Amino acid sequence: MDKKPSHARTVIAYIVLIILTFLCLFFFYILIVNATRSHPQIQKGFSFIPGHSFMKNLRSVLNDANIPVISGIKNSLIVSSLSAILATYFSALTAYGLYAYDFKLKKPAFVFIMLILVMPTQVSAMGFINLITKMGMLNTLYPLFLPSIAAPAVFYFMYSYMQSSLPLELVEAARIDGSSEFHTFNRVVIPIMKPALAVQAIFAFVSSWNNYFIPALVISDNSKKTLPILIAALRSADFLKFDMGKVYMLITIAIVPIIIVYIALSKYIVAGVALGGVKE
Amino acid sequence: MKKVKGNEVSYAKYGYLFIAPFFIAFLIFQFIPLIQTIYYSFFEYYRSGLKIIGPNPVGFDNYAALFEADFGKYAGNTIIMWVIGFVPQILISLLLAAWFTDIRLRIKGKQFFKVVIYMPNLIMASAFAMLFFALFSDNGPVNSTLISMGIIAKPFRFLSSVWGTRGLVGLMNFLMWFGNTTILLMAAVMGINPSLFEAAELDGCSPRQTFFRVTLPMIRPILIYVLITSMIGGLQMFDVPQILTNGKGTPDRTSMTLIMYLNNHLFSKNYGMAGAVSVILFVIAAVLCLAVYFTLNADDDSKRIRKRDRFKPRKEAING
Repeated sequence: MDKKPSHARTVIAYIVLIILTFLCLFFFYILIVNATRSHPQIQKGFSFIPGHSFMKNLRSVLNDANIPVISGIKNSLIVSSLSAILATYFSALTAYGLYAYDFKLKKPAFVFIMLILVMPTQVSAMGFINLITKMGMLNTLYPLFLPSIAAPAVFYFMYSYMQSSLPLELVEAARIDGSSEFHTFNRVVIPIMKPALAVQAIFAFVSSWNNYFIPALVISDNSKKTLPILIAALRSADFLKFDMGKVYMLITIAIVPIIIVYIALSKYIVAGVALGGVKE
Repeated sequence: MKKVKGNEVSYAKYGYLFIAPFFIAFLIFQFIPLIQTIYYSFFEYYRSGLKIIGPNPVGFDNYAALFEADFGKYAGNTIIMWVIGFVPQILISLLLAAWFTDIRLRIKGKQFFKVVIYMPNLIMASAFAMLFFALFSDNGPVNSTLISMGIIAKPFRFLSSVWGTRGLVGLMNFLMWFGNTTILLMAAVMGINPSLFEAAELDGCSPRQTFFRVTLPMIRPILIYVLITSMIGGLQMFDVPQILTNGKGTPDRTSMTLIMYLNNHLFSKNYGMAGAVSVILFVIAAVLCLAVYFTLNADDDSKRIRKRDRFKPRKEAING
């Protein structure tokens, strides 16, 4: 008697889960299949079977002078990697400064960061563009990664992680051994923080990789464009003239590397989402 | 934990030193720009052809112009598209969180489902929008499939229809965020003391009663947190409608969001108007930020007792 309703609920749960799984995977499956099909094949509609035009589409994307894909990938990699390194290292440093030391402005500094935790960067975009124009950084990659030094959400994650996994006795012990404060941070704290650093590095990398709003305002030079700007350029070009195989291939290039990294590290990423709560 | 008085003095400077880079970067890249943004919102300052007009102080003229123009309409669009994505998102996420944590259901492959539903969150929003644009365009694969299946006679022009476009934006927002919300809610449900569920079961609660009487009240803080952060995310809605409609907010600017409007002013170098839009967005965001601050603090107080082992049990539960 008790088993029956539960059994029916299990079936319903699986049906809903399968529908949602289908929704999540369907579009990306179609994307990858279409990247392997030729323009006329794509125009005919969906197909679940890949075509044979993968190399042809790849070549036509790489050879299009208007879409500098190679430099786009390079720029995106530079900006995202540096963002990830700066955001994680300096957030850990800031968190450690507030966690391990006592000083007068400790509490106000902490409250301040918590207050700006989810403040959108777009609200100061106008002043930001104005300022970096005056600093001569317009049309350079610097304004795309330097602001990552101040990443409140990453800080919050690091701070919570320290509370749960960094006993201050360890810091005291390092001190007694004669380790300098900075050395202690780099050699004792950073290794303990590795799991948190890894998870946040991935998130920082991905959000920078996907970022479109600020880069589109900062970069106008073709050779400095990042991938999202190239995608947007594709959209604003006269769409009907395009070889659709090429369009799907460019989207694939922008998305698939992230999916591969995600699948490889999914266990840690999903655990990280549950822990952090705060994410941009 | 208290240190010897003499030590505090000698180590305090390291505290300042270590938090300095964060605050310097914040000052340069966010605070000064914000002050400038607010300042120029009271000026006539724009580019006309090759000539720069201003900056001439004009008081609140930019704000007045804003409300005479379509600011209200864009705010409405933003809210509508946020609601279309958020309502199914929170409902589905609650349902999934309840199912995944229900021991009586014994759902297999939880880790697989979590990995799959979270994936769209990491996808480049602009590329995702471009994909949807290609799939749902007038002679794209969706239409040609629907026609060949005989469901419709001629292409349905999704992107020429007000609710077609808004619906697609909402659908994309839903797909991108429901996995994230599900995982957050699951972590919250797993943080509830299991003896509460045991007591409910002993008292003969049905799964439905347990959900509404035990689970929902217990995860209220995280629900509020999800709601507010999602509102902030909605306020920032840009990439998806921008790429989907090529920045035009078509049809007839019914899918133009506030940030798209800001972006238009920034691109045309109308800094006065861009400033005024930003200031209003800042005020809304500041209220939401305060709300997040207080929900997180309330959350921390209730959890302070088991702060030490806050991470470990959850981690195991997720891997298991």
